[in-house]
Amino acid sequence: MADQIEWVSLSVFIFFFALVTVMGFFAARWKAGPVSEHLDEWGLGGRQFGTWITWFLVGGDFYTAYTVIAVPALVYAVGAYGFFALPYTIIVYPFVFAVMPLLWKVAHANGHVTAADVVQGIYGSRGLELAVATTGMVATMPYIALQLIGMGVVIKTMGLTGEWPIVLAFIVLALYTYSSGLRAPALIAFVKDIMIYIVVLVAVVVVPSKLGGYGAVFAAAGDAFAAKGGATGLTLKPAQMLPYASLALGSALAAFMYPHTLTGIFASKSADTIRKNAVLLPAYTLLLGLIALLGYMAYAAHIKVDTPNDVVPALFKTLFPSWFAGFAFSAIAIGALVPAAVMSIGAANLFTRNVWKSYVNPGISHAGEAAVAKIASLGVKVGALAFILFLPTQYALDLQLLGGLWILQTFPALVFGLFTRWFRAEGLLLGWAAGIGWGSWTAWSNGLKPLASIDLGGVSYVFYVGLGALVLNIVVAAIATVIVGLILPNRQSAPARS
Amino acid sequence: MWVLLLLPFVGLLWVPFYNFAEPSLFGFPFFYWYQLAWVPISSLLIWLVYRRRTPDETP
Repeated sequence: MADQIEWVSLSVFIFFFALVTVMGFFAARWKAGPVSEHLDEWGLGGRQFGTWITWFLVGGDFYTAYTVIAVPALVYAVGAYGFFALPYTIIVYPFVFAVMPLLWKVAHANGHVTAADVVQGIYGSRGLELAVATTGMVATMPYIALQLIGMGVVIKTMGLTGEWPIVLAFIVLALYTYSSGLRAPALIAFVKDIMIYIVVLVAVVVVPSKLGGYGAVFAAAGDAFAAKGGATGLTLKPAQMLPYASLALGSALAAFMYPHTLTGIFASKSADTIRKNAVLLPAYTLLLGLIALLGYMAYAAHIKVDTPNDVVPALFKTLFPSWFAGFAFSAIAIGALVPAAVMSIGAANLFTRNVWKSYVNPGISHAGEAAVAKIASLGVKVGALAFILFLPTQYALDLQLLGGLWILQTFPALVFGLFTRWFRAEGLLLGWAAGIGWGSWTAWSNGLKPLASIDLGGVSYVFYVGLGALVLNIVVAAIATVIVGLILPNRQSAPARS
Repeated sequence: MWVLLLLPFVGLLWVPFYNFAEPSLFGFPFFYWYQLAWVPISSLLIWLVYRRRTPDETP
């Protein structure tokens, strides 16, 4: 379908892209602070973001462009099962409310910038710090690559072919992230989120009215799934229920272990900012639920696509005038820039604090940290770009899936220490290794499917492999803690928590 | 109060509660409007817990 260039869409797109580029560079002066003198300034925007900025920033980087493309694509392909993103992004907020303010307090009191800083602060273990930092960096790379894929899908729909538009967009992104740090995506998130809200609200009102109402939309999708057969449908097959619930729970526990979401947490002004956001952020979840329904609307609109990822752009292109389609595509593409920027900043903070400072230059100054992080953010982005340009797209998808399972294994190290000092670093490290090892091996041997199965009393239970790996992780950590406690009863003193 | 935070987990992770099409609402099968309804409900529950907790010492 990407045969001729859609000039109207493209003009609207270029206008908004230029707008956010100017904002991205201008952001260095916003909420004035010496961006290059301290990592708190470049990497956390000065730790001063209040409720609304945090709402836009976390909303903008947690609900990524890829989500806008991939969730409706999955719903289009398999139906109800694709909706697990909805319970996932609901139950994540009680968790955020209960845990993240505690994490913020520890980080704030000790000047921590990353999750690995917090872990090192609590346990005083370089090994555990490195494990958490490496996991964060490795899990983030393919996630950035996916944002590029999301952007590529809409650019292709407007008739631009080749790789250069993405390369160009990414160079621009890399430059203003370099100069402005976290202030750039925080400012751009305002534009991006408002655009996405407009697009989705228009779509969920206008599209069904063109297609005969939601009843007709669901009926068309139901008929299509009935014809298609297999594990598809408007409700879950009995065998899909446990995978659905375990994917939702596992994803929710993993969501705020990622460097980009944690960066949003650490950049907040206060613990109360985070609590208020746990109340307010579900507004985005409502939006996500409605976006997911675009997958069904495609059936009612008789959209035919080569790959499910084209569903959303094709729907907008078919049902809307080209200027509005251009607006929608800009929203999605800008939606890719915000998370890509925050992810690269989160990964750069990890590299600077937990690799460079810990192993290369322990005496580094604050300005030196900011300088290293700026360079590292460029490196991360180049890596993600190379990933997309030189490796098959499927690798990015597979690695992102594995990344979710890996990042979930940092959960015990990061979260348990906020509540209890019972676990020992050695145990947590062993648990982390066991979870990553078993989880990766299981996912790999199942052909990179995120599901594992277990037989209990002759009944086979299928569940999300990441959650299984987390259970193994915790069990191993607990057993190892007990054994190490027997061998070395005198716990070596770790730095005191404040 | 904190137990209120567990309700969304119970309501959404026990899938047999809601894995059916009827009763539908505004054309949405039950499976969909039930889960969408949990968005404002969860928000409300978190807000209730937020209001009742003792405030932070000033940072």
